[in-house]
Amino acid sequence: MMSNIFNFELPKFPLDKITLAILDFLTEALAGVTKIASNFIETGVEGLGEGIIAVPTLVVIAVITFVVWKFIGRNLGIFALIGLLVTWNLQLWDATIYTIVLVLLSTILALIVGIPLGIWAALDDRVNKVITPILDFMQTMPPFVYLIPMIPFFGLGTVAAAFATMIFAVPPAIRLTNLGIRQIDKELIEASESFGTTPAQKLLKVQLPLAKPTIMAGINQTIMLALSMVVIAAMIGAGGLGGKVLAALTRFRPGEAFEAGLGVVIVAMLLDRITQNVAGRRRKSPAETE
Amino acid sequence: MDKKVMIQIKDLYKIFGKHPAQAKKLLSQGVSKEEILNKTGQAVGVQDTSFNVYEGETLVVMGLSGSGKSTLIRMLNRLIEPTYGTVIVDGTDVTTLDDDELRMFRRKQFGMVFQSFALFPHRTVLENVEFGLEIQEVDEETRRNKAQESLELVGLGGWGDYLPEKLSGGMKQRVGLARALTVDPAILLMDEAFSALDPLIRSDMQDELLKLESQVQKTIVFITHDLDEALKMGDRIVLMKDGKVVQIGTPDEILTDPATRYVEKFVENVDITKVLSAEDVMLKHQHVVTLKDGPRTALHVIKEFGLAGVMVVKQNRELVGYLSAEAAVQGVKNEDAWIDHICTQEVPTVPPDEPLKQIFPMVADSRDPIAVVDEKRNLKGVIYRGSVLAALAEQGEQMYDE
Repeated sequence: MMSNIFNFELPKFPLDKITLAILDFLTEALAGVTKIASNFIETGVEGLGEGIIAVPTLVVIAVITFVVWKFIGRNLGIFALIGLLVTWNLQLWDATIYTIVLVLLSTILALIVGIPLGIWAALDDRVNKVITPILDFMQTMPPFVYLIPMIPFFGLGTVAAAFATMIFAVPPAIRLTNLGIRQIDKELIEASESFGTTPAQKLLKVQLPLAKPTIMAGINQTIMLALSMVVIAAMIGAGGLGGKVLAALTRFRPGEAFEAGLGVVIVAMLLDRITQNVAGRRRKSPAETE
Repeated sequence: MDKKVMIQIKDLYKIFGKHPAQAKKLLSQGVSKEEILNKTGQAVGVQDTSFNVYEGETLVVMGLSGSGKSTLIRMLNRLIEPTYGTVIVDGTDVTTLDDDELRMFRRKQFGMVFQSFALFPHRTVLENVEFGLEIQEVDEETRRNKAQESLELVGLGGWGDYLPEKLSGGMKQRVGLARALTVDPAILLMDEAFSALDPLIRSDMQDELLKLESQVQKTIVFITHDLDEALKMGDRIVLMKDGKVVQIGTPDEILTDPATRYVEKFVENVDITKVLSAEDVMLKHQHVVTLKDGPRTALHVIKEFGLAGVMVVKQNRELVGYLSAEAAVQGVKNEDAWIDHICTQEVPTVPPDEPLKQIFPMVADSRDPIAVVDEKRNLKGVIYRGSVLAALAEQGEQMYDE
C-alpha cells in the first residue's frame, strides 16, 4: 500500500538536453567571434612558443636566469637556472616552453576579463550580488566539466585549452580585485572624496594603488590555477607538459609521468615565486634609498 | 551679529534607514532615539540641528561617541548626505549641488583632517600634501612648491621624501593638516583630529593649531569628545547629545552656566583653575579712593566696609597703588595730605585673562590683594585671597546642586 503512493515515475528534468541546446545556440551565434579568437590565440601561442624554441636553449636559459637574478634576487636566479637545466636535460624543453606560453596567455586573457569585472563588482553592490554566486558556482564545478563545451566552440587543441583555462582561472582575479578595493580604509576614501576627486581620479590615484597588493595576490592565484588547468586541458589536446603526463598515464609509464610531473612542479614554483615577489614588493621612501 | 555667517545649518537631520519620514514623525512626537531604532529600525544620526558658524571663528562640536558629531561634520561637505534640512556654506546651499558642482565646491571650500590621519600610504609625505592640488590638475611645479610651503608651515620641511609609515603619530597629523591647508580652503574640518595622539603631543598640536589659526585665519569646525580640548580650542562650543544640540556658547558660558544636567556632567570633570581667569573671580565693584581724596576719606571707606585696605586710582581709574589700613592710620596721624605719598606702589597686577592657575601662587605669597588691570593699567577689579576660594566654592556648589 505504502509503496503505491511513492511508486510513481517522475520524469527526469532534461537539464543535460537544455544545456546542450544552449551550447548549440551559442556555438552558432558566436561562430564569428570564436573564429577570430581562435586564430589570434593559435598564432599567439604557436608563434611565441616556436619562436622561443628556435633560439638555442642555453641562450634562453641564460637570459631567463639573468633577468630573474637581476630583478628579483640571486636565490631565485639560481633556482631558475637549475630548474630549467633539469627540464632541458629531461628532454622536456619544448613541452615546458609551450606550457609556460599557454599559461601566460590564458592568464593575460583571464586578467583582461577579471580585473575590470572585479573593479565593477567593488564599485557597485548590485553587480557584486550577481557575480558572487556565479564565482562560487564556477569554483566548485569540477574543472573537467569546462573542457567539454570548449570543443564545439574551438575544436580540440590549444585554443580550446586556453579558453577553458581562462574560465577556470578567472575567479580569483575577480574576487581579489573586488576584495582589495573593498577593504581599503573608509577614512582614506573619505579623504580622497573630501578633496573633490572624480570617480576616475579616486580609482586611479587611491583605490587601485592601495588594492595593488591584494590584486597581485589574485594574479598569482590566477597563474597557479591556469597552470593546473593547462595540465588537465591535455585531455582536449593542449599538449605541453600536461600532454606528457597524460601520455605516460595512458601507456602506464610511471617513470615518464614523474619526469613530466617534475617539469610541472618546476614551472609552478618559478611562476609562483616570481609573481609573489613582484606582488610583495613595497615602495621604499626615496629618502631611504639615497 | 555683525560677523559674516560662513556656514548656516538649518533643521538638519540624518536618519539611516529606508523610512526616514516615519522616524522624523516619531522624533517630533518626542519618542527617543533608542525607541525609534527598536520600533522602526531607523537609526537617528543627527536630528533637528540648527546653528551658524561665523567667518574666522573656531567652532568646536563636542559630544560623546554616538552623539552624531562625526555625522554632522560629514554632512557639511556631504561625505554623508543629509536626510532633511539645509547646509548653506558661504551663500551656497550645499544640499542642492549636483555631483560636478559638489566636487568643485569641495575643492574650493573645504580641507579636512581625520582622526586616524588618513594619509595615503603609497604616497610620500610631499605627494600626500600635494594631493588636493594634483586633483585640481595644478601643474607639477606649482603644486610641489605649495606643498613644500605647507610642510614648512607645520615644521616638517625636511620630511617630504619619506613615506608616512616612517613618521610618528604627531608628525602624521601635521602632514594631515598640511595636506588640508595646501588647497587653501575657506573652511577646515577637523574630525577628532588630535584624539588619536598621546596627551603631551596632543597638547603641542593644540598650541600649534592655535598659532597657525592666528596666521592663516580660517573658519574651523573642530570635532572632539574631550571638553578640555573643546574649551582650549573653541571660540564657541556646540554640545551634542543623541544627535541633538544641547547647548551652544562660549567656553565661559558653558562652564559657568551649563544648560542641562548633561552639560554639568561634563563640566564636573574639568579642572576649573585652568579655565577660569582673573576676570571670573575678581570683585568688580570694589570701593576705591582717588588721588583727590585725603587719608581721612580713605580711612573712612576702609572702616565703613571693614576692609584691609583700598586701591588708589586716578580720575580715569588708572591704578596708582594700594593703601592698607595701617598706612592710612599712619597718614592721618602724620597729617600727610597726599595719598600717593602713603600708599604702596608695588601692587601685584594681572591682566583680566590671566588663568586662575597662575593666580594661586600670587595669592599665597602676598597678603595684599591683587589688582586686575587692562593694558592701559586701568583698574578692572580686585582679587582677594578669599574671593578666589569663594569663586571655586561657588562653581562647585552649582555643579553638585540638584
